[in-house]
Amino acid sequence: MAAGSLSGQAAIVGIGATEFSKNSGRSEMTLAVECVTSALEDAGIHPSEVDGLVTFTLDNNPEIEIFREIGGEELKFFSRIHYVGGAACATVQQAAMAVASGVCEVVVCYRAMNERSEYRFGAGMQDTQAQADFETAHYGWYIPHGLVTPASWVAICAQRYMYETGATTEDFGRVAVAARQFASTNPNAWFYEQPITLDDHQNSRWICGPLRLLDCCQESDGGVALVITSAERAKKLNHKPALIKGAAQGACDDPQMMTHFYRQDITRLSEVGLVAKQLYRQAGLTPDDIQTAVIYDHFTPFVLPQLEEFGFCDKGTAKDFIRDGQITMGGRLPINTHGGQIGEAYIHGMNGIAEAVRQVRGSAVNQVDQVNNVLVSAGTGVPTSGLILGQ
Amino acid sequence: MENNNKELEARMAATIGVEVGPQRSWDPVNLPMICHWCQAMGDDNPMYTNLEYAEQSDQGSIIAPPTMIQALTMKGVTETPAPGSVSRTEEQPYVLDMLDEAGYVSVVAVNCDQEYFSHVKPGDDISHIMTIESISELKHTALGEGYFVTELWTFINQDNEKVAEMRFRLLKFKTPQQAQRPGSAGSQSNKPKAPQRPRPGLNRDNAFFWKGLKQGKLLIQRCTSCQTLRHPPSPMCPSCQSLDKDVVEASGKGVVHSFVNLHHPALPAFDDPNPIALVELEEGTRLVAGLINIEPEDVRIGMPVKAEITQCDDELTLALFSPVTE
Repeated sequence: MAAGSLSGQAAIVGIGATEFSKNSGRSEMTLAVECVTSALEDAGIHPSEVDGLVTFTLDNNPEIEIFREIGGEELKFFSRIHYVGGAACATVQQAAMAVASGVCEVVVCYRAMNERSEYRFGAGMQDTQAQADFETAHYGWYIPHGLVTPASWVAICAQRYMYETGATTEDFGRVAVAARQFASTNPNAWFYEQPITLDDHQNSRWICGPLRLLDCCQESDGGVALVITSAERAKKLNHKPALIKGAAQGACDDPQMMTHFYRQDITRLSEVGLVAKQLYRQAGLTPDDIQTAVIYDHFTPFVLPQLEEFGFCDKGTAKDFIRDGQITMGGRLPINTHGGQIGEAYIHGMNGIAEAVRQVRGSAVNQVDQVNNVLVSAGTGVPTSGLILGQ
Repeated sequence: MENNNKELEARMAATIGVEVGPQRSWDPVNLPMICHWCQAMGDDNPMYTNLEYAEQSDQGSIIAPPTMIQALTMKGVTETPAPGSVSRTEEQPYVLDMLDEAGYVSVVAVNCDQEYFSHVKPGDDISHIMTIESISELKHTALGEGYFVTELWTFINQDNEKVAEMRFRLLKFKTPQQAQRPGSAGSQSNKPKAPQRPRPGLNRDNAFFWKGLKQGKLLIQRCTSCQTLRHPPSPMCPSCQSLDKDVVEASGKGVVHSFVNLHHPALPAFDDPNPIALVELEEGTRLVAGLINIEPEDVRIGMPVKAEITQCDDELTLALFSPVTE
């Protein structure tokens, strides 16, 4: 570890979540304060000690309102990360930097939403009004042609990935089958006790060819919060700490919001490669040191290039890695052991970070043997982020 | 969220999977009906009407067009079923009637999927059994609130073999109350507007592109310092950071770099499925564009295409792309 490094200075010491549903029956703010207080209780830290809060620009729950309701006293750091699910691991990076630099003592990262019952996240831009601001105008290159949803933007890259690597829609299906298998044994997963077969995947309806319904994650109501404090203090708390060994953001190679159609090789998730490079360097680890991973699965096709960018297999060979069963229990790298966003819930990657913490603690329902280090990725197709958590 | 329909939903749920029928056909499958159908549909496949051709085929005889299946057992205009049909009893209440009674009186057909298992031939006697396969939770749609109901029709022949299945999906809904506009009749044209494509947001950096299309030109931005072409356009050249720029007119020739066939959401302004490509122009830049004059299943990466500048409505002109046939 380099001097002055972020690695190992902070830890995730508390995780909290609401139930995951399609209709929470209560406000997003209710979900937010529930998951935040539950994470603090898990950590054994009193809410009045929270001095930092981090969330997504996408989140509708202001930091100050949560802070007010939980009985906060002095909020010294509040920060939001942009680029939808790409923000997930970056919230923890912000928290770790705030703790490591001495700005904060206790930072809570959160994401809480009714994205199924109050609005449909997957609906995309179909009702978007023409506006001049940059991000809306950007979608003007796509929406007049009908390319209006996240699934459709991902499908453009997925089609080319299949063409270049020989991966098939069945390989995408294997990712979904593996996720649903893990979800089937996780009582907190929406798809608890509902595994699927590859036939189910292949028979599911087309959303945007080559993507089928079962290639797409859920839309969920729910909230997840994570408590970060110093590694020093972590030793005295309730649980075995999940040390933040690596935390990085990345954007590069002609970055775009969901539409990196103009980079030389659109099958690559170059920003994931940039995150990977930073994570391994910060942590002083290699892919061989990772026992399990949470690989962002809003859409199955992007799981394959992520496995390649993180160095678990060579470019174009993720299909073989997956066909060999390496992402399932007993394989080289079981991924998304909570069921992923396909099987557990789509809380924009935050539920995956909570699962990584459980794997480090040894308390996951689908616990992998002898976990020293867990890699976590965030939303792909967008500027992104990642974490390595470990003992 | 409030849901005051729990009792209704429970009654509806009890109808799922209950088999109703069989509903018989009026006549065995026969050549005159097939010929009428083919003429009405403009289908000249010789397997349907040319006896000699069909006899020499591996089927050995005429077959009925598979899509005819629903017409075979259809009730007449008087709603009378064909003789021998078994009608719905009081123990088999129809979910659509329940929804009518509950005020969800409007209906729109959403989609219909048919799957065929074997060919139907002249002489076959076709019946169908209908079940309700699924009923959605209460949905709030642009038309109003209501329920999606999926009917499963199973078509069987005289030997009780399943020859086809049809899933027919309906939305039963209540329209919003605003519909009454007393006194306005006749004053304004009530002609429904054609569904429109989503609009692009115009700003100072991209307006030239959209203006160019209205003039029939597909434009590419060019850096006047380093001559690099770029799309999407931007104020600064990512290659040399110059703010100086002009445009060149593209030839419109390109190849399909990647593509999708969009099924969902099926927006009214588009075909379903809707083939959309990432086109690499011969000048080297790429852009996303709808494909026209091609069947979705025929799109291939690497396929040469050319721009067809198309006025989609009063306000919107787009560069769509069509395959180059050579």
